[in-house]
Amino acid sequence: MDFWTLANATVGGLLIGLVYGLSALGLSVIFGVIRIVNFAHGEIMVMGMFFALLMFRWLGLDPLLSVPLAAALMFGFGYVLQLLVVSRVSHLPEHMQFLLLAAIAIMIVSALLLVFGPDAQGVEVDYAWDSFAVGELIIDYPKMFAAIAAVIVASLLLAFFKCTATGKAIRACADNRMGAQVVGLNVSRLYALTFGIGAACLGAAGAIILLLFEVHPYLAPGYTLLAFVIVIIGGLGSLFGALVGGILIGVSEALAAVLFQPSMKTAFSFGLLILILLLRPQGLLGKAVR
Amino acid sequence: MTPVRRFFGPLSRAGLWLGGAFLLLLLLLPWWGSSYIMTVAITVFYLALIGQSWNLMLGFAGLLSIGHALFVGIGAYTAAYLFAAIGLPPVIGVLPAVGLAVLMGLLIGYLGFRFAIGGVYFALLTIAFAEFVRIVIDHVSWLGATEGFFLKVSAADRHGIDLANLRGAPEMYYYLIMALALGALVLCRFLLRSRLGYYWQAIRDDAEAAQALGVNILRYKMYAVAISSGMAGVAGVFYAFYQNSLFPEIVFNIERSIEATLGSIVGGVGTLFGPIFGTFILTPLGEIVTEAIDLLKHWGVIDPQIKLDGLKLLIWGFIVVLIVLFKPKGLWPWVCARLRLTRPEAEG
Amino acid sequence: MKTPKTPAVSRRTVLAGAGAGAVASAVPLRHGLAATALKVGVLLPRSGGQAQIGIECQYGADVALPILKSEGYPELEFMLGDTETKVDVARAQCERLIDAGAQAIIGCFDSGQTMAAAQVCEQKNIPLIVNIAAVPKLTELGYKWVFRNFPTGPMIVGDAFKNQKKLFGATGATPKTVALLHVNDTFGTSLAGALFALAPRFKMPYKIVEKIPYDPYGRDFSAEVRKVKGAKPDALWAVSRLNDAIAITKELVRQRVDLMGILSTGPGWYENAYLKATGKYGNDVVNLIPWYDENKPMTQKLKAAFKKAHPDLLLTTNQTFTFDACLIAADAFKRAGSTKNTDLQAALRKTNLTNNVGLGHAIKFNEKGQVPYVPCGAVQNRDGDLVVLLPQEAATGKPIWPMRPWRKR
Repeated sequence: MDFWTLANATVGGLLIGLVYGLSALGLSVIFGVIRIVNFAHGEIMVMGMFFALLMFRWLGLDPLLSVPLAAALMFGFGYVLQLLVVSRVSHLPEHMQFLLLAAIAIMIVSALLLVFGPDAQGVEVDYAWDSFAVGELIIDYPKMFAAIAAVIVASLLLAFFKCTATGKAIRACADNRMGAQVVGLNVSRLYALTFGIGAACLGAAGAIILLLFEVHPYLAPGYTLLAFVIVIIGGLGSLFGALVGGILIGVSEALAAVLFQPSMKTAFSFGLLILILLLRPQGLLGKAVR
Repeated sequence: MTPVRRFFGPLSRAGLWLGGAFLLLLLLLPWWGSSYIMTVAITVFYLALIGQSWNLMLGFAGLLSIGHALFVGIGAYTAAYLFAAIGLPPVIGVLPAVGLAVLMGLLIGYLGFRFAIGGVYFALLTIAFAEFVRIVIDHVSWLGATEGFFLKVSAADRHGIDLANLRGAPEMYYYLIMALALGALVLCRFLLRSRLGYYWQAIRDDAEAAQALGVNILRYKMYAVAISSGMAGVAGVFYAFYQNSLFPEIVFNIERSIEATLGSIVGGVGTLFGPIFGTFILTPLGEIVTEAIDLLKHWGVIDPQIKLDGLKLLIWGFIVVLIVLFKPKGLWPWVCARLRLTRPEAEG
Repeated sequence: MKTPKTPAVSRRTVLAGAGAGAVASAVPLRHGLAATALKVGVLLPRSGGQAQIGIECQYGADVALPILKSEGYPELEFMLGDTETKVDVARAQCERLIDAGAQAIIGCFDSGQTMAAAQVCEQKNIPLIVNIAAVPKLTELGYKWVFRNFPTGPMIVGDAFKNQKKLFGATGATPKTVALLHVNDTFGTSLAGALFALAPRFKMPYKIVEKIPYDPYGRDFSAEVRKVKGAKPDALWAVSRLNDAIAITKELVRQRVDLMGILSTGPGWYENAYLKATGKYGNDVVNLIPWYDENKPMTQKLKAAFKKAHPDLLLTTNQTFTFDACLIAADAFKRAGSTKNTDLQAALRKTNLTNNVGLGHAIKFNEKGQVPYVPCGAVQNRDGDLVVLLPQEAATGKPIWPMRPWRKR
């Protein structure tokens, strides 16, 4: 295996990893604050993909231009979902929360199936076939644009949590729910906001990823699993960790594919997940919580 | 009290009569049901068996598994491989099949305990193991890899009864899986009332207190894990010989693991009859929705060309959401209370 | 030309492992059928990953009905089944079709799905007439009810080797190294296996420098193609499906993997949907696949009928082999004179058809239910059209080899 193959694999994995990271961010935000594992993660993201597909079909909109729209739509969806449904199970044991979100996931997949059918569908942008070269390093435009868009959205999100009052309030909620209530924060509104923000991440990630891959309803469980792997590795609840985990998984899968067998590459992710769970269950960048 | 009465201790008189009538109806199913109803019933009992197994792990050992397809799959592949490779009949092959499933269960359970992985994290650990094994078997050529593993079939298989080789008429499979599911129920009931069961309850209610009293938590948890994964392994053997073809993509699919949980959660986690009851609600429900759609198409209410594949699961998902929101303890305790199926002081 | 209104057998998978396979209903057929017609269950992947190919196969069956009628064959009545591109659903749907009264099954395009259906047909004693499926095992298990007029993996690979030599000889351009990129499913692995088993016997002028299996459910093919590029082969040998063929082409162009040519043994690369999706980048791919003989009278009829029904589509293996499967069913039904399963089976065993559309002389099944030799041709993509290069007698054009570089298109 020569240097340039590895270099190309690494860069390709890095770019796609950033997009994966953005999607995992959505899972991490929700868990970090509401302490609920969103088993409908991939499904919400696939909704974003289909939305971007419609925008492309109807308005000829490049998926990257649909990103804010998809994010806004999914924000609304997440906000309402938390307020009306998920909030009602916060006192229930984990397996009931799991069942609720799994059932919602099944509903989303079925609804998408009814509306869009089971076949894979994609968008065809002008630059779909183009790439540029730096020496022997070849980078294709769709992947590069997708990665840039992912970085922008993720930075906006991190800035929101660092700099705005609402963001700080949500973080306060995450650290100490009782305390947040004592100082007069409206926790249930903040939770709805959080779920909305998490879902918005997924909407954005979905629109971005449509640029790279085709979409069909059954895609969702795979993305849910992928996001789990990433956030566990990065640290469930750690925002920066999700991005790092995304990059790590992107690069390690790309390298595993060129060094071993491409069809084995996901086994490496799950192997890595098992190791992290056993050796550092809080994840690489997570705080020990248990 | 007679042994029968003792076994069904918590059931009230009404519950006993109703349960007895229902059981009789099921025993006579081949005489009144179509082959379609029988295949649905086989599915129900099969899922009830897996549901019992899953319920045991969560309800008794407090471990949330979303990787139960792994134990089922290991059982299925082991028995099928031994049958195809050296002609070992499944009646014997079930032993190594269960053995391997139990070993895998113990491995995951031990790791989870040793590294103090609980709750959602343990669930993810089970998912990760199931996916990992799936991808590995995808690449094991002597197990058929992605090509699938096929058991030899012939027209003669569909007749008679050959329990040792698990070959025979559909009725044989029906009574077998019914016996297995009810056997699992009896086993769970027995365990719950045994000394083991009291330890489990003690650990579940307050692990620290139990430990302070000298209960070896690891050991008792491992008992539950072993029994649970072993039961799933038995279900796997049945699956292999009923289906005759195994594909990693299908056997180890996370959907299989999720559906293993649904019946129990809907019926009521930690209850004895919950898993069976839940499966008896859910599976036929899906079928009824499908039938209703077919009927509407037939009557011309819906255009027959329209594909409504998603509709069934959409309605089904909606009902599950309603159950979680409004009957979070499961339907079985609620139905029991409503119909006075159990005596007030106890729930099965 | 539309399929007569028969009920599409709806999906009946309980969300269950056992259920998915087990629940095949005995709900009676809801449309009365003419007493004289043979009820044929056409089981294809109509949805899911292989949907487009499955639907293209169905077109072949649709246009077959009026042609067979005009040729004096007794009537076939189709019952449609959808495998959803899943083996377990293929199994369940096959059971359901038979329980609903199907007297023969045609299908299933995909090797794995056909294997699953074959088990059901074998247990229920219903003839399965395979339209497309290459896995050798299908006719090696001693099944009595499976009949296949399609080449096995080794036949496809053997003919591919022969035709490659002719191609290299005619153009004077011979690759020294070849990388194999194959889908890791029943069809892909069986073809890859045949390739390595047969390569020494054919003394090919090139070395296979890399073997890259990939996930049939994969989305991202950048790593696979990067691996191809790293091996620096002269030519690429691909065994694919449709969506992956398109995605791989995209990656080949983006990653600027310039090759002497792409050799494909299998579906995907000549598909109508492929030509549409890839445009100029789909040009010059050489498909070494079972094909049809333009010179046969039946082919002319099929071509005309297909052109009329689908003016924007090219006739391919998908339609012709499904058509031939229908022809086999109608012919056996005619000679059997009854819809009884054992009569049909006996008639199928004595099949001797020369008025088919596929390449080769006659359709005759051996004792395994396999047509002993189904020849393959070489077909090249050219500006939205398909040009037959080989065999010589069916050729419609000259090869472009080496293929034109990506950047100069």
